[in-house]
Amino acid sequence: MQTLYDKLWQGHIVHEESDKPDEMALVYIDRHLVHEVTSPQAFEGLRIAGRKPWRLDSILAVADHNVPTTERSHGITDPISRLQVDTLDQNCEDLGITEFKMTDLRQGIVHVVGPEQGATLPGMTVVCGDSHTSTHGAFACLAFGIGTSEVEHVLATQCLLLKKAKSMQILVEGNLGPGVTAKDIALAIIGKIGTAGGNGYVIEFAGNAIRELSMEARMTICNMAIEGGSRAGMIAVDETTIDYIKGRPFAPRGDLWERATTYWRTLKSDEGAAFDRVVTLDAAQIKPQVTWGTSPEMVTTIDGRVPDPAQVTDTVKRHDMENALKYMGLTPNLPISEIYLDKIFIGSCTNSRIEDLRAAAVVVRGRHIAANIKLAMVVPGSGLVKRQAEEEGLDKVFRDAGFEWREPGCSMCLAMNDDRLSAGERCASTSNRNFEGRQGPGGRTHLVSPAMAAAAAVAGHFVDVREIY
Amino acid sequence: MVAPLDRANIDTDAIIPKQFLKSIKRSGFGQNLFDEWRYLDHGEPGMDSSKRTLNPDFILNQLRYQGAQILLARSNFGCGSSREHAPWALQDYGFRVVIAPSFADIFFSNCFKIGLLPIVLGTDSIDRIFSEVDSTEGYALTVNLEDQTVTTPCGEICSFDTDPFRRHCLLNGLDEISLTLQHMDKIIAFEQRRRTEQPWLFK
Ligand code: SF4
Repeated sequence: MQTLYDKLWQGHIVHEESDKPDEMALVYIDRHLVHEVTSPQAFEGLRIAGRKPWRLDSILAVADHNVPTTERSHGITDPISRLQVDTLDQNCEDLGITEFKMTDLRQGIVHVVGPEQGATLPGMTVVCGDSHTSTHGAFACLAFGIGTSEVEHVLATQCLLLKKAKSMQILVEGNLGPGVTAKDIALAIIGKIGTAGGNGYVIEFAGNAIRELSMEARMTICNMAIEGGSRAGMIAVDETTIDYIKGRPFAPRGDLWERATTYWRTLKSDEGAAFDRVVTLDAAQIKPQVTWGTSPEMVTTIDGRVPDPAQVTDTVKRHDMENALKYMGLTPNLPISEIYLDKIFIGSCTNSRIEDLRAAAVVVRGRHIAANIKLAMVVPGSGLVKRQAEEEGLDKVFRDAGFEWREPGCSMCLAMNDDRLSAGERCASTSNRNFEGRQGPGGRTHLVSPAMAAAAAVAGHFVDVREIY
Repeated sequence: MVAPLDRANIDTDAIIPKQFLKSIKRSGFGQNLFDEWRYLDHGEPGMDSSKRTLNPDFILNQLRYQGAQILLARSNFGCGSSREHAPWALQDYGFRVVIAPSFADIFFSNCFKIGLLPIVLGTDSIDRIFSEVDSTEGYALTVNLEDQTVTTPCGEICSFDTDPFRRHCLLNGLDEISLTLQHMDKIIAFEQRRRTEQPWLFK
């Protein structure tokens, strides 16, 4: 009896020292996604060593981190950002790598683009020089982020040296309440296991609450696996997976489609397969989540309060909490619903897909952002998501409500382009990291779902989105 | 010599803030290690760091820790992004070893790729070393990778574990890509089989 992870692992071993099962194995990589920030040094290394990419058709490149989200026809103004994007363009052109350039309709955040194009297919090993590669695990892939040396290693050999991780099953059973979304499940899980809880593990998310989620929502959950410390998260294949892939540009067709789907349907853990650790959550108990600190595990529910470090006995933990509260400018015991905001960011590879934009639009439709909100922005995950949203009239809903409607990219998720918080500014963000300075030096980030971010935009402070519906 | 950084969950954004990730080079990140904690002004790429104001309260800025090659920290060090710029920055600053009770997975494996050694020690040993570092100026540890031991000034020995393959590569300065390419025949054979069994994965 095998877990899904066992199956994916075993199916990709090129070489292992058979007498030493604990040693590293050489694992084959099917899909290599590339973006501008973590690749230039890898391409340079390849060039210096006189090597060529092993398999060009496994690589898909797109610039996302540095690209501006405003009018693009004049290019990128920041010369350093421009150099990085130009370097990617040049490397792809020189080597013959498929790239969606900045002005291509298909351009967007690499983790939105891969699945949208059908470039992420079940059973694949997927890597990218980016920790949120875990997103692609929603398609029953073994997908994980790698460093630049490993990017070079995959380019040169199509393989990676890896050690098998332990396995964790996270079972979410029961029915989610209205207004509670995949983002809330993800934050609730991290609140439970901690940001280091998944270190050394690969997580499989299962249970009926997970099976009932759309692919977009499953991607949100797997995306956040890394915030729980796990390099890879995954979900078994079912009809939802297969329906999503059908007809996408990189997906197989005709006879190959039949063959592929027959195989894909085997990509699930066998009944009774053993995991090293099992964690269970009751979906019905999950409420909308809001982070109050500088780590995704510093999270509570919308009806909760900012915790009081004085109540914590562990000195390291208390110290961390005090630091976090100081940075966040919050006082202990303040009700979450009394936290007022300056900016709202709806976007990032966690929550910038069409379903996320729809969920936010439902809340803001016919309403307007509060007077204290200096900026509310929606940044679609890709050009295609943007077009779809415009066809549905969502851009108008957001604009009428006072939101800015932007071009696709990572944007204020990490503030490498011009979109950022100023020191002291407080933001409700649908992204995945609330680290110090993540959205701009001195900026204060609260992670929430798209619906909760939209509700906060309208109210000016956090509110329970379930009361707005 | 050891420099202590008494915090848990030190993330890669803290180690090297993203504005410095715009570089297309591998070197020069050391001056921006822990940039937001280390300087009082806001750092941008291209600034002359010798002209910036250091934060006197940041521990690594204290005179007694200048030239340290070992960084001591708390659990889950290096969590966050996959940026190899984080180990590059630590190494470029002068660190050769990071000791913590636990590390984030991607950061941990990135360190080995560039020859920075992450060492996991038990919380008790770490607690003790933290207090000894604090009370002893010039506190130094001896790290022996071959024997996998850390020895304190008073002769106490803590053992740690490393993967044999990674240790071998680190000790001999081996290039992993060349090692992998020794298995070229196997990679080709695997790929051929895959092409027949799952042709939809190939163009
Ligand atoms: S959206 Fe944010 S988390 Fe996702 S890839 Fe871009 S920077 Fe990373």
